[in-house]
Amino acid sequence: MAKEAYITGVGQSEVGIRLPRHPLLLTLDAAKEAVAEAGLTLDQIDGVFSFPGKSHGYLAFSPVGTDEVIDALGIKSKWQMGALEQPAQLSAIGMAAWAVKEGICRHVLCFRTVYEAGGMADPAHYMPARSETVSGPSQWTSPFWATSAACWTAQYAARHVHKYGLTREQLGQIAINGSKNAMLNPRARAITKEELTLDKYMSARMISTPLCLYDCDRFSDASTVIIVSAGDALDEVKCEPIRIAAMAGSVDRYSWDQVEWPAAYDTGPDLWKRTDYTVNDVDMAQFYDGFAFLPITWLEGLGFCEKGEGGKFIEGGTRIARDGELPLNTSGGQLGSGRLHGFGFAHEAVTQLRGNGGDRQIPGDPKVAVASSGGGPMAAALLLTKD
Amino acid sequence: MAPPRPKPKLDQENTPFWTGGAEGKLNIIKCGDCGEYTHPPRVLCRHCQSENVAPEAVAGTGVIDTMTVNHQPWAKDLPVPYVIARVALDGVPGVYLTTNIVNSPVEEVKFGDAVRVTFEENDGIFYPLFEKVG
Repeated sequence: MAKEAYITGVGQSEVGIRLPRHPLLLTLDAAKEAVAEAGLTLDQIDGVFSFPGKSHGYLAFSPVGTDEVIDALGIKSKWQMGALEQPAQLSAIGMAAWAVKEGICRHVLCFRTVYEAGGMADPAHYMPARSETVSGPSQWTSPFWATSAACWTAQYAARHVHKYGLTREQLGQIAINGSKNAMLNPRARAITKEELTLDKYMSARMISTPLCLYDCDRFSDASTVIIVSAGDALDEVKCEPIRIAAMAGSVDRYSWDQVEWPAAYDTGPDLWKRTDYTVNDVDMAQFYDGFAFLPITWLEGLGFCEKGEGGKFIEGGTRIARDGELPLNTSGGQLGSGRLHGFGFAHEAVTQLRGNGGDRQIPGDPKVAVASSGGGPMAAALLLTKD
Repeated sequence: MAPPRPKPKLDQENTPFWTGGAEGKLNIIKCGDCGEYTHPPRVLCRHCQSENVAPEAVAGTGVIDTMTVNHQPWAKDLPVPYVIARVALDGVPGVYLTTNIVNSPVEEVKFGDAVRVTFEENDGIFYPLFEKVG
């Protein structure tokens, strides 16, 4: 069992809009739940990894750093990392897997804390200072009022519409499926109040064609924690460990507008090169859906269908429903259960693999899941298995 | 009144791009050794890593490679809808610009439309916008 990495605990704080609870306390809530679920105690944690590290210029985006977690939770850390310059959000869990495989750490606490709704209510503390100018990558988009990632993702989606005939009725199944699942997720109550219908979806206002309001996730406040443990430390946990059977990430050009398609098309095939499992073994998909088009890129990139066939794959929604052949985003995804920013997909995959999904638990005995993150030119995916 | 466009912070790498419009030039970094273009602009060629690079005025015409009609006002009083497009520049393989397509109703802008640059100046920055040809 050496040289293997397992997810042994998952935890999540309350998920809400403008939560009064301090983001460090949200992180503590998630950490306590995850550590307890693993059957560990905080003094057994010896590493802390996060994405993207504390975002000092824009605290709402990432208000808590690994330093603070180490200090506040009394962790004696052997390695830590909080970095934006990684393939995508789940890379932090991938790096933790490396650390435990290398024997540097035994039990790593990985977290992603967001305070993007609460932060807007307290802009002086949490929002970026007004700047006279733009620099870095945003200088190539913001001057043309392509301000949001919605505008950038819309251009990939529009290409799919133009080239492959993706329809709004097909695309809408991502948000509709998410809302159905979110209605059964107790932690999604502040985000999804009622099931989304196709009629309501079709009459929603446009944000950036073809993406409408329901195709965009919503700023939320929450923390998600994933505990990654070394294969030779499993005798210290009291839980059903879930193996990180493979991981992949890619960045070709870090420019949303210099790549033709999102990086999922590169990352997907790479994931299968690192495992004996195949796409046919996958029991469920937890795919990044900050924008509804992105899961389509993962379906195609990972080979669940041919490139261009993603719209047909999700048509009508039956295939991706909880009782379908490939249940998708069973927690509601980010569209249904809040912008947890990537970590929610690993959390839900582990929850389902352990049969802890409650009312939203998928049928059968799922053993293999893919959790993915990223959009645009960066992507990272984990293959999670019960074996 | 419409808000001013966000203003790029000029530096060694990007100044030829954002100010070239003063002379009617759309400047893209070209390598003097391998002949390839580098965008976003850098102090070296991203294809052969040569430091022998300089801005070159390219044709300023291109084709709409993908586009979205944006309806969300991202700033107070920003007029909507407007077209955000990715333009593939003629004669500049592998370089794409995010831009706005102006001077046409949004419903008349389509994939594959031929476009040409038109500069909009504000506070020393020459924003390369595009309009349909013909």
